[in-house]
Amino acid sequence: MPRLLPGAISPALMTSTDAMPILPSKHLLGIDGLSPVHIVALLDLAETYVVQGRAADKKTALLRGRTLINLFFEASTRTQSSFELAGKRLGADVMNMSVRTSSVSKGETLLDTAATLNAMRPDILVVRHQDAGAAELLSRKLDCSVINAGDGAHEHPTQALLDALTIRRHRGSFEGLIVAICGDVLHSRVARANIRLLSMMGAQVRLVAPRTLLPAQADRFGVEIYTDMRDGLAGADIVMMLRLQLERMAGAFVPSTREYFRFYGLDRDKLKHAKPGALVMHPGPMNRGVEIASDIADDVQISLISEQVEMGVAIRMAILDALSQVLA
Amino acid sequence: MKRRIAFRSARLVDPASGLDVKGGLLVENGRIADIGPRLFNDAEPNDPEVIDCRGLVLAPGLIDARVFTGEPGAEHRESLESASAAAAAGGVTSMIVMPNTNPMIDEPSLVDFILRRAAATAKVRVLPTAALTKGLLGETMTEIGLLKEAGAVAFTDGDRSVANARVLRRALAYAATFDALVLAHAEDPELVKGASATEGEFATRLGLPAAPAIAEAMIVERDIRLVELTGARVHFAQISTRASLEAIAGAKARGLPVTCGAAAHHLTLNELDVGPYYTFRKVSPPLRSEADRVAMVEGVASGVIDLIVSSHEPQGADTKRQPYASAAAGTVGLETLLPAALTLVHDGGASLSQVLATMTVAPARIFRLPTGSLAIGAPADLVLLDENEPFVVEADKLRSRSRNTAFEGRKFQGRARMTFIGGECVFDAR
Repeated sequence: MPRLLPGAISPALMTSTDAMPILPSKHLLGIDGLSPVHIVALLDLAETYVVQGRAADKKTALLRGRTLINLFFEASTRTQSSFELAGKRLGADVMNMSVRTSSVSKGETLLDTAATLNAMRPDILVVRHQDAGAAELLSRKLDCSVINAGDGAHEHPTQALLDALTIRRHRGSFEGLIVAICGDVLHSRVARANIRLLSMMGAQVRLVAPRTLLPAQADRFGVEIYTDMRDGLAGADIVMMLRLQLERMAGAFVPSTREYFRFYGLDRDKLKHAKPGALVMHPGPMNRGVEIASDIADDVQISLISEQVEMGVAIRMAILDALSQVLA
Repeated sequence: MKRRIAFRSARLVDPASGLDVKGGLLVENGRIADIGPRLFNDAEPNDPEVIDCRGLVLAPGLIDARVFTGEPGAEHRESLESASAAAAAGGVTSMIVMPNTNPMIDEPSLVDFILRRAAATAKVRVLPTAALTKGLLGETMTEIGLLKEAGAVAFTDGDRSVANARVLRRALAYAATFDALVLAHAEDPELVKGASATEGEFATRLGLPAAPAIAEAMIVERDIRLVELTGARVHFAQISTRASLEAIAGAKARGLPVTCGAAAHHLTLNELDVGPYYTFRKVSPPLRSEADRVAMVEGVASGVIDLIVSSHEPQGADTKRQPYASAAAGTVGLETLLPAALTLVHDGGASLSQVLATMTVAPARIFRLPTGSLAIGAPADLVLLDENEPFVVEADKLRSRSRNTAFEGRKFQGRARMTFIGGECVFDAR
């Protein structure tokens, strides 16, 4: 099982000088802090886990004896189960802390929860929190590795990496790719993480949204801004749709779901402005008929949505693998 | 067969091109086909329809950018049909109607309703605006994209300001997404609550509940900041104070997409005209000091004020025959818009071309309409007006279904004599 950069030697033979861990730190808090070398290495490593995930025997003992805690302050289906599966397939003991049934719902502060968890001596903590910076705060207070599984509207590095893995498997590289990220960019950590990663890897990122859903000075990210979806999709290789949160549909940011779908929902008519053969992605869960038409979401010729989920498990296995090297 | 109408011996005034010359104009199939000083000068044109203008002014039909009707919901006060008859008699060929009806125009299907009713019943062009917030409640934005597609020319809560700056910020940002025009009403709702006059000596003597004039400029200044933030195109539907004028002049100097209008009554009446609790002169915002009225006239002359509007607002005896504080605000104005505006010309406050520009080319530019000029190819929406004819306003001769005019008994000079929509005569007083 390759666990290192191609060409690197196995841990047993490594000396301190030629050690080249895949990740620069024991924490994965964001795409910020990674370089293209790290990203390529992670994607390469993840490819091996794609193979493993498709094999009959999906399990190894790489993380045997390690404890992974999923601490999710926000509801999540795919990210949490993806980490759970990734940990289990690598042999770790995985515990899911759901906030609803924990002391947090009794008023415990984040840092008190952290101290309690720290005392249980986990090796890896996967955290999702509604506040930007929560993962970073925990990383400073805990002894274990912290993986950011989404903090407010700030970062979601594992999502960006799984998206990158999915894109690379279809397009080979990122250089010169036009990726249109469409929808609620303002509140989206997925968008921010993807902008950072894709720009770093040489893709041209576009943001397409009504002005109410565009963050201030988004142009400083080196992206192109569009408020008309047809313009924004023109010539795009990848169309990445974002989820519009239910509470944002009823008039605060957009007037109604029917208007949103009319102007910003991905349908055949809008998609035909993209490059022929353009591929469609969505981090899930989808609002059919709001940001995406069902016939596109379900079209296996153009929709990568299911594949994104599969790549999610693979990239998270690669991340756990890489972190375990730093932990050792 | 082409339908041709020849206008000869007119004084052609087209503020869009700066034209002011004696000459003729040819209409073919509803559009202006030719215009010029030598047209039809020497001989009778060989056309079946010839209108000898006898030196009167032939100008683009007027666009009144602020009209309230009672349709749907209060047709006893005014229907689109009765308002359009008043408009035609006033030389107004396009009415931009406000969404403050019952139900309010906050749904694409209601915009469609207005357009269909207008097509079926109205003599002049009716351009609907739609609500900026649902139910005009100032809480959630309307479907600006769908409403614009349905035909709404602008978005406004009509006679209400959006009090919540967060709601307005998002509505403006959303409107900017669709390059939609927003019409702002500038009165701080809390400051003017219950008030029926401008705070000052006169209101104090009458004992009227009053609000300070700054209630207007405060909102103008706030909204200008939000324009700067969001990039939305905002038109202040009617301003009435010098402070507002200066704020808008400053915003324009900074290149912001801001324009404004003033109501004919704020250019011609001041707070003293309320006299002995004369409720027909209760308007919103209320009549102002003479200094503010003079500022409005200066604003027209300097061009800071882009539009003169009637703020036509029909009210019935039920709402106007009340003690002043309880009476509804509003005056009808479609038929007196042009005469009141011409007061500025006769008083030397502004030129005829300047005054006509505020009701033709300026609203056409702001609302992006194909009308408002005498350009060849433009729709033949025309008014033939006698700018000097004296007359006295008599409420019971108005065509509007409501007679609540602030100008009852007022002597004016100049009014419309004939009105044409797409070459069709809809009013003829010759």
